[in-house]
Amino acid sequence: MKYAYYPGCSAHSTARDMHESSLAVARALGIEIEEIKGWSCCGATAAHQTDRTLAASLAAANLLLAKEMGLDMVVNCAACYNRTKIANHEVLSSSAIRAQVRDAIGHDYDGSVAVRHFVEVLLEDVGLDRLRQSFKRSLNGLKVACYYGCFLVRPHEVTRFDDPEDPTSLDRLVMAMGGESLDWPYKVECCGGGLNLTRTDVVVKLAGSIIDMAQASGADCIAVACPMCQTSLDLRQKDIEREAGKRYDLPILYITQLLGLCLGISPKELGLNRLMVRPSTILKAIEPVA
Amino acid sequence: MTVKIKKQTPENSLIHVVEKMSDVDLSRCYQCQKCTSGCPVAKLTQSPPSEIVRRLQLGAGDELLGSDIIWMCLSCETCYARCPMEINIASVMDALRSLALEKGVSKTKGNIPLFNRIFLRMVRSFGRSYDLPLIAAYKLGTLNIMPDIDKFPTMLRKGKMALLPPSGADKPVVKRIFGRRQPNKGTGK
Repeated sequence: MKYAYYPGCSAHSTARDMHESSLAVARALGIEIEEIKGWSCCGATAAHQTDRTLAASLAAANLLLAKEMGLDMVVNCAACYNRTKIANHEVLSSSAIRAQVRDAIGHDYDGSVAVRHFVEVLLEDVGLDRLRQSFKRSLNGLKVACYYGCFLVRPHEVTRFDDPEDPTSLDRLVMAMGGESLDWPYKVECCGGGLNLTRTDVVVKLAGSIIDMAQASGADCIAVACPMCQTSLDLRQKDIEREAGKRYDLPILYITQLLGLCLGISPKELGLNRLMVRPSTILKAIEPVA
Repeated sequence: MTVKIKKQTPENSLIHVVEKMSDVDLSRCYQCQKCTSGCPVAKLTQSPPSEIVRRLQLGAGDELLGSDIIWMCLSCETCYARCPMEINIASVMDALRSLALEKGVSKTKGNIPLFNRIFLRMVRSFGRSYDLPLIAAYKLGTLNIMPDIDKFPTMLRKGKMALLPPSGADKPVVKRIFGRRQPNKGTGK
């Protein structure tokens, strides 16, 4: 099991904890991960909002590097995953875009690299059985609201990730860890992440309704797989509480942080100290597997 | 008897340009409004997605490019996921944004075009995003320094904001990509 790893820009800023916990989990499970040398920004929201070819070319440059490594590309950031898969799709479905990308990068890229989210690798390549055998601790009935957001599941024809309206990938991981995955209605609602700095009012409103619903559903924490979702729900939680006039204090963890805890990895190695809402209730709930 | 109706859309009309740029056929929309029902910002905008499509169908011109939803749209793609006619409205929004920028019609609350411009400038210079100067430049550009200022010390302490610029990207390739930008002519489908 070896993959070309694309960390994405947030791995060195707002989502260092996502990056750290994924690497730690991969190490614990014997998944070989080789960072793509020379990777650059996938273009993110700014590129596709500006220019279709620019967006496809920026993401394709990384795909070309992964192709040279001869490995599947594994991505943690759901936004990078989405943009990179869209670039693949664009190159494959349009010879005009493929030609524009070739002109921009200076090399032809044929759309042949498989782009996988780390969660897909865990479920499909490692498998729940092996994961269960590797767990040293249990979530011990912890109530987890699994939140998928937009980028993993939409557009479905491109990402092909799980079910677009009712995904269960994260839920299956939570159940394997001995947690209780909640049935709640806001799994694939949008948190407003793209407007985090520019229209914070919109983010506070959208992310606020997600947190409110998770808590009303009885969640002890929310599990995410996207740094934009994590930022909207965690970093903005104080703003949301101020607006709502109530206290939520709901920890927002990356699924890889929960997995890491169950694999017996130290909280520090998983970047849990970087979370804005302290996960002390979660740490207390986790117990060694009987 | 077969009646042939020829779709008459002038080559330079907004709907024609948008359809070409985004590979969609907007004549397929029958206004079921599922897009608007699922749109997270529909209630916050002046003109929700189904209305944008209808206005295009009715021959709207460049005045449409000033609609606030163009920049409030989060590209969450819920509209596209639920459209019974599989119209990629998210891609229509991308085309409208590109046109709004091209024609200089991008005045919007929150100044998203400014943010995007600075973001892309960072990528062009460093090959990757560099949050600290990005946020600083955006704040200066909007003349609104105070929001979130209280979060910076915590973010720095928790390592959620890098002080040093990113390194390691293949910068010449990124520079080349930016240097060869061309106007979006669609896929030619």
